[in-house]
Amino acid sequence: MSFTTDTVKRTASLARLALPEADLAHVAQQLEGILVLIEKLSAVPTEGVEIMAHPLELQQPLREDRADGRDLAGRDIYLKNAPVSADGLFLVPKVIE
Amino acid sequence: MELHDHGLADLRRLLQKKEISAVELTTHFLQRIRSVDPQLRSFITLNGENALVQAHRADRQRADGSTQALLGLPIAHKDIFSTRGLRTTCGSRMLENYIPPFDATVVERLEQAGTVLLGKLNMDEFAMGSSNETSHYGAVRNPWDTRMVPGGSSGGSAAAVAARLVPAATGTDTGGSIRQPAAFCGITGLKPTYGRVSRYGMIAFASSLDQAGPMARSAEDCALLMDAMAGHDPRDSTSHPQAAGQFSAALDRPVRGLRIGVAEEFFADGLDSQIAEQVRAAIAQLESLGARIVPVHLPHNAVAVSAYYVLAPAEASSNLARFDGVRYGHRSQHADNLQELYQQSRFEGFGAEVRRRILIGSYVLSAGYYDAYYLKAQKVRSLIREDFRRAFAEVDLIVGPTTPTPAFALDAKTEDPVSMYLADIYTIAVNLAGIPALNLPCGFTREGLPIGMQLMGNYFADELLLAVGHAYQQATSWHLQRPDLAEVQG
Amino acid sequence: MSWEVVIGLEVHVQLNTQSKIFCSCPTRYGAEPNLHTCPVCLALPGALPVLNAAAVDKAIAFGLAVGAEINRRSIFARKNYFYPDLPKGYQISQYEIPIVGRGQLLLTLADGTEKVVGITRAHLEEDAGKSLHEAFSAETGIDLNRAGTPLLEIVSEPDMRSPSEAVAYLKKLHALVRYLDISDGNMQEGSFRCDANVSLRRAGEPFGTRAEIKNLNSFRFLEKAIEYEMERQQDILESGGKVVQETRLFDANKGETRSMRSKEEANDYRYFPDPDLLPLVLEESHIETVRASLPELPDAKKQRFMEAYGLPAYDAGVLTSSRALADYYEVVAEGLDAKLAANWLMGDLLGALNRSGAEIESCPVPAGQMRKLLQRIQDETISGKIAKEVFDVLFEQGADVDDIIERKGLRQITDPAAIARLIDEVLAKNPGQVADYRAGKDKLFGFFVGQAMKASQGKANPEQLNRILRERLDQPS
Repeated sequence: MSFTTDTVKRTASLARLALPEADLAHVAQQLEGILVLIEKLSAVPTEGVEIMAHPLELQQPLREDRADGRDLAGRDIYLKNAPVSADGLFLVPKVIE
Repeated sequence: MELHDHGLADLRRLLQKKEISAVELTTHFLQRIRSVDPQLRSFITLNGENALVQAHRADRQRADGSTQALLGLPIAHKDIFSTRGLRTTCGSRMLENYIPPFDATVVERLEQAGTVLLGKLNMDEFAMGSSNETSHYGAVRNPWDTRMVPGGSSGGSAAAVAARLVPAATGTDTGGSIRQPAAFCGITGLKPTYGRVSRYGMIAFASSLDQAGPMARSAEDCALLMDAMAGHDPRDSTSHPQAAGQFSAALDRPVRGLRIGVAEEFFADGLDSQIAEQVRAAIAQLESLGARIVPVHLPHNAVAVSAYYVLAPAEASSNLARFDGVRYGHRSQHADNLQELYQQSRFEGFGAEVRRRILIGSYVLSAGYYDAYYLKAQKVRSLIREDFRRAFAEVDLIVGPTTPTPAFALDAKTEDPVSMYLADIYTIAVNLAGIPALNLPCGFTREGLPIGMQLMGNYFADELLLAVGHAYQQATSWHLQRPDLAEVQG
Repeated sequence: MSWEVVIGLEVHVQLNTQSKIFCSCPTRYGAEPNLHTCPVCLALPGALPVLNAAAVDKAIAFGLAVGAEINRRSIFARKNYFYPDLPKGYQISQYEIPIVGRGQLLLTLADGTEKVVGITRAHLEEDAGKSLHEAFSAETGIDLNRAGTPLLEIVSEPDMRSPSEAVAYLKKLHALVRYLDISDGNMQEGSFRCDANVSLRRAGEPFGTRAEIKNLNSFRFLEKAIEYEMERQQDILESGGKVVQETRLFDANKGETRSMRSKEEANDYRYFPDPDLLPLVLEESHIETVRASLPELPDAKKQRFMEAYGLPAYDAGVLTSSRALADYYEVVAEGLDAKLAANWLMGDLLGALNRSGAEIESCPVPAGQMRKLLQRIQDETISGKIAKEVFDVLFEQGADVDDIIERKGLRQITDPAAIARLIDEVLAKNPGQVADYRAGKDKLFGFFVGQAMKASQGKANPEQLNRILRERLDQPS
């Protein structure tokens, strides 16, 4: 079994998800099931096959370098969705560097 | 026949002839939603007051001679599309109180075409699910049998259209999320060619797979919506420069002479026998309309689900990193420091299925696994596209079942994620390739549940799919069947 | 055997575009917090990036200027990590295939020798916002005005072998980005930031383990940090220890580096191609258009200064060290004595700027005035000595050269009769010295020059003064 509870913990920490200790085994078992599904890929011969990152075989369009005006009324609408803000700033618990 | 039994195109004619007004229409549908939806839960947020304002405006504009294509027609959006000033939850607790300050391009374009927005439709959380049971706002019920799921993730859209709560709706499709619920609910739904409908303002699940499309009662109605929805959008780098099309105008293209491919891979073990029977009957119908049936092979379809469950979660794990409780969205009250703020907010804000996919996605991208999973899946994706390329060199369309089973019971698969994932076994390859596909109702099981068939086309064959769908629907009446639903006093 | 230091630099250059790299928010520094934000740079759900054409052109310009290959197809990737000033939870950067490939930079070291430093690559990416830790007692404030500002990250080969070489490289790079007008290079505002990879080895041996030092926002800090790091690593190695590969932060107040290991823990950036952006494909014609618009580059300009103005290599090097100084010089020197102009700029002007902490861009003396000052020396309106007095006024108070000369009555006395009168007075006052001089004490000539100049308040034309004085003294009385 490749998905141990340790793997779940490590991955959850990478993804910033708090998982209750009691759920770890159950989650590990479900993820293991998904991994078995995924593992079927290894049986497919892909030597010399190009990767496909995107369905469109197009190139990145470019935007003209023009700045649009911004105003405080607009900013305050954005800040309204913030759970905690003050003085025009989004607030988080103090980060110790 | 009651007002809500008309499809979009019919209602459009009634409005144009001024036999009804937009206000009457809007009032009627709002009333129907209030009386029928409590048993279905297809809406998350109603836009009642504002819808009437829009309807009044539409009537005024018509009096002033406006000829906007969809003027006064009520629709509803899957709650994945950002609507300025109107709560957009994406089916998640994370966005329970999120009010977008801007409109998605799809919302903007449909509003410019004159539509009236009735509300926001329920969905699987962040579009991750095939049954609508992962929604934070409650599972949606299938209007044909409320013990059954409507499919997902656009389950609210499919149920609302099938239940005649709204003549048409938008959906999004990352691995089958338009087609599978359309099949389960007996409606018509198009997943367009990747790049034809802008993704701007549509909350991302897996960016290289997501595509918005119409869900309505007929191919003709879907074409009407596509006329407005499709088009190049400079705000979306993945929007195709030639995205626009004339879908309604192309509906009359004859089926005669078309080569229609049938892939035996889609009729293998695991396919419900009643579905197999009805889909084969539909293929015979297409043949009788003048199409030539040609066998094709899609050998890599069997591993499409595996590739999908690497690529979609990988992209999702990154797309959903922005939900951190800082600028918007759920923020835990149980955090003393930054790391706890992240971990608790995301744990509390996301449901179990979303967390599962974030974990899988983070895992397959992490150091040491990237090549074995992510790169491998990208290569398999290439092979899947090659399968279609080869097939479309021989045929104009490919036909098969949309789902392996009809709608299943609520809670039947919630404990076994993999069995749920396999509900999308016929729809996923289309997203990986980026080609268009259409679900058409083509029969019912003996238990009275709808059966859907899937038409797949080459890149930019969206118009062709809708034309064939239209021809099929001219010759059949499966799409006209409606579920019996009691109106309760809302 | 002594230790050899091996240094490679990673420089983050903010590109001076009008708008951000993936949205149309302004990039201007110093706005109200979060004013320059929009759904894209706030990472609101559903917002999508579209690439700024000017950022691409500026990256190409840099690549061409360092003789690098421009990759005709480059890919944007996501670097995934959580930090409050990184709104999307990932930074859009270029990973496997950057826009600029291998190039090189030619340095002239203090002793006049030249050295080539390899440039590994340069890639486009977006800047993060700012975390303000001081504004609140229990919270950190997040300002996303800077989030999405275009950056060009320039990575050098580990080719530098001393702190001074590293500084020379950084200065050359700094001059280059300003020449190209792709960045304002403002180090205080963070437009030009440097990280240094430093390791030690015995000469000829393979590279040692390196430490990455962050937060080096001045040339002096770079030098100090490397010096500190060399001592630290030497102590470790000579006491039999091993240098740990880690990220270290330079503390400018203490002049030392300290470990940031806690932050490094479990970093796994999970890079993958950004599905919201397509491959950046550059046509040859596009690259050639940028090439045609490149300004004269520092090395070419230096060569031209040597040939066109007949300047020594050293002078030409100093004057072309920044595009602004070179432009200034060309205005001043046009049609005048080129060496005189070079001496004035390198000595008086740069000295004054240095003392006042100003840059040539903000020089209080416009080039036109500087030129006029030198013209007044050449047309003998004032002497070189008086010119220094005028320059001081010019630098401190501004105004026009001619006005200063008039107002202060500094115009040179060139009327032979007036000079003769001054001399006669001096001679009359010092009969003893006159007698001594005429008796053969030649050294006293200087004394008379000084006295006469003093009497003229420094304004007498020195050549005329000398000539008339000699005539008078040699005249048999």
